[in-house]
Amino acid sequence: MTAAAPFGLLAELTHRCPLHCPYCSNPLELVGRARELDTAQWRSVFTQARELGVLQVHMSGGEPLARRDLPDLVEHASGLGCYVNLVTSGVGLTEQRMAELAGCGVEHVQLSVQAADPARADEIAGTRVTAHKRAAAAAVHAVGLPLTVNVVLHRRNLDQVAEIIALAEELGAQRLELANTQYYGWALRNRDALMPTRAQLAAAEPVVRAARDRLAGRMEVIHVIADYHEEYPKPCMHGWGARQLTVAPDGAVLPCPSAHVIENLTFDTVTDRPLADIWYESEAFTAYRGEDWMRDPCRSCPRRAVDFGGCRCQAYLLTGAAENTDPVCSLSPHHDVVRQAVPETSVEVPFRMRALPVVR
Amino acid sequence: MNATEWVPRLRRGVRLDFDAVRRSAVALFPEGVLLLNPTAEAVLRACDGTRTVARIVDRLGEHYAGVRVEDVVAVLRGLAERDIVERETT
Ligand SMILES: C[S@@+](CC[C@H](N)C(=O)[O-])C[C@H]1O[C@@H](n2cnc3c(N)ncnc32)[C@H](O)[C@@H]1O
Ligand code: SF4
Ligand code: SF4
Repeated sequence: MTAAAPFGLLAELTHRCPLHCPYCSNPLELVGRARELDTAQWRSVFTQARELGVLQVHMSGGEPLARRDLPDLVEHASGLGCYVNLVTSGVGLTEQRMAELAGCGVEHVQLSVQAADPARADEIAGTRVTAHKRAAAAAVHAVGLPLTVNVVLHRRNLDQVAEIIALAEELGAQRLELANTQYYGWALRNRDALMPTRAQLAAAEPVVRAARDRLAGRMEVIHVIADYHEEYPKPCMHGWGARQLTVAPDGAVLPCPSAHVIENLTFDTVTDRPLADIWYESEAFTAYRGEDWMRDPCRSCPRRAVDFGGCRCQAYLLTGAAENTDPVCSLSPHHDVVRQAVPETSVEVPFRMRALPVVR
Repeated sequence: MNATEWVPRLRRGVRLDFDAVRRSAVALFPEGVLLLNPTAEAVLRACDGTRTVARIVDRLGEHYAGVRVEDVVAVLRGLAERDIVERETT
């Protein structure tokens, strides 16, 4: 099939990060600094991406502020006409840095928050974060940019969802994303510690709904459901190789940020192949594009145009084959692996914190 | 409120642009990208945050024939659904 051009690029500039969130979707095998693309290579990625049709660049990571050339990269992407979104933990986002980045073309900031109170937030982040979050939000307002607050929800913070919503209001967010944990990377490793019970999710639901009504017109509240608890899977990436691509810190080009887990695929890097070639022709991008790859039950299911058979990475991680139906789907013959991962009762399981390996 | 009195505004963080790759007008915003047909583009460009729908219709009428209030309102409501334009306050 002929693919359409991509709209978005998730630029994972680095895996370095001062936080250690156990829910982090970054890979277990983090890329060290020595293997990161340099400034000229990233600039080339953005130039090629714009030529290919990309209009939106998410500067993310790891912590994008850990790249000293961030202003240069923002300026380059913005100068090409791309909408630049900064996705950050806020640690290091001083008023001065924010002003510089806004001057270079950042148009929106997405700030992650770990919990409602400092003690819990520090425990989840594995370092002291609360003062940084407040300073970062203030810095965003000082330059007049719109702010989205993103909170990853799980067993250790779902009980304080009301307080989290209040904190986002206090931080002056225009949007609040309450995103239940997606189980990739460090989050999958910590699944037993993070996975909420059905009762915990059910208790949060009316709180979120009431807040959404109360805040209508002031702060938009987006609730990303916990997919293990659903009947059908999420329409992952709006389909494989359909709208967005990810470039990892070392230049690997991925259809989604966790695609590298699929070991039977090989991923090209921007240093050995033009980006357009990778998007349109590479093995990795064409493997699960469209519907030809589907097996039953997806192949004959009327929902296949709605959810594209769910997530290929999740199918691979939980069933051993990316061509399988995402096991989150109640129609999947492997659905039991998902059902069994949802606990009946909430017991405390220790976190395994995200950390970079010793430099290789 | 009568829809003609609505003062539609672009949401904060929305930018209108032209994509030379797709040869199309586009709205860029935090959550994504929307390709705009000429009608949607003309309506959005007329939303300056002070004009009412009635005045937007008048303004579009200076350049195009047969502009109807109900069509402009339908376009604006569609754009509000997509979070490009702030929602009508009731
Ligand atoms: C990987 S982080 C990188 C940027 C920055 N370090 C931060 O945390 O904001 C990108 C975004 O993904 C969110 N995120 C991280 N792990 C996630 C997971 N397992 N499920 C859902 N969202 C996740 C973060 O909250 C953040 O908004
Ligand atoms: S989710 Fe946490 S650990 Fe992962 S990159 Fe963002 S701040 Fe760092
Ligand atoms: S069988 Fe496949 S297409 Fe049908 S609902 Fe499940 S995942 Fe979606």
